[in-house]
Amino acid sequence: MAEGSEAAPPPAAASTEIEQALKDLASEDAAVQEAAVQTLIAQGDAGVLPRLEEMRLNGDRSLRLAIKSVIDLLKNKEKLRSRRPEERRSAAADLATIGKPVALTWLEAALASEPDRWARYTIEESISLIKLAGSDPAVKAAAAAKLGDLRSQNAVPLLKELAGSSTLRDPQGRPKDDRGATGSGQGSEQAPSAGSGQGDQASQVAQAAQEAIERIESWGSWTSAIETLFRGISLSSVLLLMALGLAIIFGLMGVINMAHGEFMMLGAYATFLTQEGFKAYLPGGLFDYYFLLAMPCSFLAAGLFGLVLEASLIRFLYGRPLETLLATWGVSLVLIQGARVIFGDLTSVVAPSWLSGGLQVMVGVQLPYNRLFIIALAALCVVGIHLLLFRTGVGLKVRAVMQNRDMSACLAIPTRKVDAYTFAFGSGLAGLAGCALTLIGNVEPGLGQNYIVDSFMVVVTGGVGKLAGTVAASLGIGGLNKLLEPSFGAVYGKVLILILVILFLQRRPSGLFSIKGRQVES
Amino acid sequence: MTERGSIIYLEAVTVDFDGFKALCNLNFIVNYHELRVVIGPNGAGKTTLLDVISGKVKPVSGRVIFGKDQDLLPMREHEIATLGIGRKFQTPSVYGNLTVWENLDLSLKRVSKGVFATLWAKSTPAEIERTQSVLATIGLSEKRGVRAGALSHGEKQWLEIGMVLLQDPALLLVDEPVAGMTDQETEQTGQLLQSLADKHAIIVIEHDMEFVRQIARTVTVLHEGTVLCEGPVEQIQADPRVVEIYLGRKKEKEAHAAAR
Amino acid sequence: MTDDERARGLGVTASEVNHHMQDRERGEGLSFWLVGFFLLIALPLLNVLPGQDSWLHVSDFTLNLFGKFLAFAILALGLDLIWGYTGILSLGHGVFFGLGAYAIGMNMMLSIGTESVYGSSLPDFMVWNQVKELPLFWKPFYNPWFAVAAAILVPTIFAALFGFLAFRSRIKGVYFSIITQALALSAWLVFNRNETNLGGTNGLTDFKTLLGFRLSEPGTQRGLYVATVLVLGAAYLLCRWITRSRTGKVLVAIRDSEQRVLFSGYSPATYKLFVFVVSAALAGLAGALYVPQVGIITPAQIGVLPSIEMVIWVAVGGRGTLVGAVLGAVGVNLGRSILTNHFPELWPFFLGGLFIAVVLLFPDGFIGLIRKIRGGQSWFHKPVVTAER
Repeated sequence: MAEGSEAAPPPAAASTEIEQALKDLASEDAAVQEAAVQTLIAQGDAGVLPRLEEMRLNGDRSLRLAIKSVIDLLKNKEKLRSRRPEERRSAAADLATIGKPVALTWLEAALASEPDRWARYTIEESISLIKLAGSDPAVKAAAAAKLGDLRSQNAVPLLKELAGSSTLRDPQGRPKDDRGATGSGQGSEQAPSAGSGQGDQASQVAQAAQEAIERIESWGSWTSAIETLFRGISLSSVLLLMALGLAIIFGLMGVINMAHGEFMMLGAYATFLTQEGFKAYLPGGLFDYYFLLAMPCSFLAAGLFGLVLEASLIRFLYGRPLETLLATWGVSLVLIQGARVIFGDLTSVVAPSWLSGGLQVMVGVQLPYNRLFIIALAALCVVGIHLLLFRTGVGLKVRAVMQNRDMSACLAIPTRKVDAYTFAFGSGLAGLAGCALTLIGNVEPGLGQNYIVDSFMVVVTGGVGKLAGTVAASLGIGGLNKLLEPSFGAVYGKVLILILVILFLQRRPSGLFSIKGRQVES
Repeated sequence: MTERGSIIYLEAVTVDFDGFKALCNLNFIVNYHELRVVIGPNGAGKTTLLDVISGKVKPVSGRVIFGKDQDLLPMREHEIATLGIGRKFQTPSVYGNLTVWENLDLSLKRVSKGVFATLWAKSTPAEIERTQSVLATIGLSEKRGVRAGALSHGEKQWLEIGMVLLQDPALLLVDEPVAGMTDQETEQTGQLLQSLADKHAIIVIEHDMEFVRQIARTVTVLHEGTVLCEGPVEQIQADPRVVEIYLGRKKEKEAHAAAR
Repeated sequence: MTDDERARGLGVTASEVNHHMQDRERGEGLSFWLVGFFLLIALPLLNVLPGQDSWLHVSDFTLNLFGKFLAFAILALGLDLIWGYTGILSLGHGVFFGLGAYAIGMNMMLSIGTESVYGSSLPDFMVWNQVKELPLFWKPFYNPWFAVAAAILVPTIFAALFGFLAFRSRIKGVYFSIITQALALSAWLVFNRNETNLGGTNGLTDFKTLLGFRLSEPGTQRGLYVATVLVLGAAYLLCRWITRSRTGKVLVAIRDSEQRVLFSGYSPATYKLFVFVVSAALAGLAGALYVPQVGIITPAQIGVLPSIEMVIWVAVGGRGTLVGAVLGAVGVNLGRSILTNHFPELWPFFLGGLFIAVVLLFPDGFIGLIRKIRGGQSWFHKPVVTAER
């Protein structure tokens, strides 16, 4: 390693000290060993790690224990200088867990030169955590306040201990676990007055801890609210991706496609096959890009299947929505069993590395990239469909057929073709949704069944023929789902949503954004 | 019938379809024993007027009074129908899978049309007689056992008129009764409506001006959701405003009507 | 109502067409008694009298299987009333079936007493879930007659509530179907939960006795079979009476033109509610008869998939005809039990194919097919619409 060789030459004195310490480590004398450990921790760097590892392999138990803490510290010390911010963050967090005061100087040095905001946050948090575990009551109180400033969730257990133990034990004297204070000067058999003075200090710490906890917890309720909101939007976007295709097909042709979920499943399997293809035939370096190809693949696969289904089944059933419902349910049964026979019960897709991890937006809130991706995809689809329907000639034709089929036919719009392509397009959207779903779940034959009822509820609630209705309804139902989940549980949340939808339909029987007027009833 | 005064009274009725005012501050009165024809270009609000009276559409403001003081606004469609307002739709709506007889039998005015009353109900001789007489009136006696779905378009129109008649309504709402009928059928329908006007008040919506001339006593012209003018048919035809909205905006339509 | 009374009631006596109608109804009456005799007397006798080896012998297993199918047929009758006649497709009838089945199942659970695996007076699953005391809503089910009443009344009341809301706001067509499907999903989710104390995923099972009779005895099973046939007969007569009454005509009228019905002074919502509630009660009854014969009821039997499968029984038999509903329920389930025994992998393909075929090729089902083959006048009175709109 470059840094190792760089660090070795300069201070010859230091290097001899390290050599000496390495020798002393093996000493029988505990004090000598301890001193050697201190030296190594203070002055060592990555260069000594290989030698320490070697010694650990051959050493006895006490040596191994001594070396282990040295290694842990030095490793993280090294990682603090890593080029990747996530590594620096995790090193800082680890140092806090180890909790050795010696790490404070490293962390403070690292903090001074840290460019990344969230790495800086974690370093500060770690510094305060180590200080909080320290001995000086004033420092502890300051650290508690600082942690409160930082809204550090990680500090809550320790803070609670401090706040709780001193309030409980103060009347009887010095808190038991405040051993640091004992070691720092006065003997344990002190005059009562000194004891009560210490009690004051301890209660100061406790008070600071209590205040910090309150701040952190009030922040916590915010972050959990934001996380709930995000989860709601995330579920909404999945529902929306699915409901968009459904709503277009239902709005245009009055066809209820119960196999829509299975088109989604097809899309997921298309993604799976693309991934397998990349694994088998392309160099590993390209693997991360399979998802970019999988998206069009799944769209086309499901769309093509939709085209076939339209030509062979749906077109005979126009104007008979209940019949299409039954027939397409049959199709879905066949597709599910087919997938089960071909692929087995469970397969999964490895999300590309550029979608792992998440975006830290504020303290305590990290938004996973894969969920963000799905939200973006859903938004993109809405915009795309809107443009397609309202800004292109094709869209004009589709809307014309939607409103008046016979008139459109008279105007030489090929209504049959419009039907077929719209159905294929709606199916393709389902395929795309399936591709996106592989990012957050397994690929299984029953994949579509999990969402189909919910997405139909979206279509019903949103009303037919209005994009805005579908968007609003999926946001509403997805959001409510996640909103109700914490207090009612997922199951009763769902039941409650059904009740709410029924009650909602009491007021607006044809959905949120239905078109009022004469034509609706007929 | 001895009632005097108005059978249906609409005051300042406004209907709003998402910003589009189908009816706008409309005032409209029909008296007992009157046969009123409502004309107007497409989108004038003719069908909406019938929708409001029969309860299918609820106005955002205004009053709708049936007879002396029966407020129709809070009532649902079937309640309004039971009160004695019958409606014949533009496109024939009959029960295609029931026989002509069953179609009429179901429409007959009865004390109760609740589920259980209907479950145990049997027709009285008087009811059967009445059904048979209507069957004769609409000329379908021979086809009483035929599934209504198998009737011709004109026969369906007549069947529906018969069904509405059996409801014994005080007020009859008829939406374009002769659309799609042959000249002879049109003539007969006109006679039928005129003969009914002795006992019932009737509101007819029609486009066919010749038919209007045949049956009309008083004509109301609707335009953009309000009453443009009202009066005897000759006077209406001579009114320059009527000529303008028809000729100015619907030249073809008038030409078409004249050609008939 | 006899045919003559009925004819007089309609004031049509001499019409040629009407003669056909009377003939047809007489024919139906005759086959009703023939089939009734076969199911009620012949099959149980063939089970008891001939020796095991005789080719005429009907095994206990077969009789039990038929009992199960006939219980399904009761449900199919109700489903036909609402779908075949009134044109409302309910995808949630599994729920009503389940409510009836669970009501009886709860009584049988309690009658196990201390014979259970854990030897507790509580049902096994409660011991397993560490429930210490019998939940309050279980207690009345110690009384078997309460359970029987609940098996009919709970689905009835539930359907009344649900139907009231749905029909009042004029939720119709596919909207209604989707809402009922969501109902089936919700019910399935709730019944699956352990804390609802209904046995969770494993449902209710290991029954020992019903009304003091041991379920393992062939005699008990035979009795249940006979009871099922009798209830089916009664349900058939009830449905026939309804469909032939003027109310039945209103139901068909609603399917043809709801608007006309409304403007003729009937309240379609009330009629729909009535038929929905009747069909829910029949479904509950079917569930009640099903569960002691099969010995288990789990949430898997009341969810989305079984609910929609019930619809296909009616479709295969021929919607809009009561005989068709019964034939469909027995036929499809017979096919299912044969196929799942021999080719379990193929059943979903077959079922899926059935859905497609019946919609695309035989919209009037088996009965429609027979009519087509026989041809002629009977088409006239066919109370079935092929296309919905």
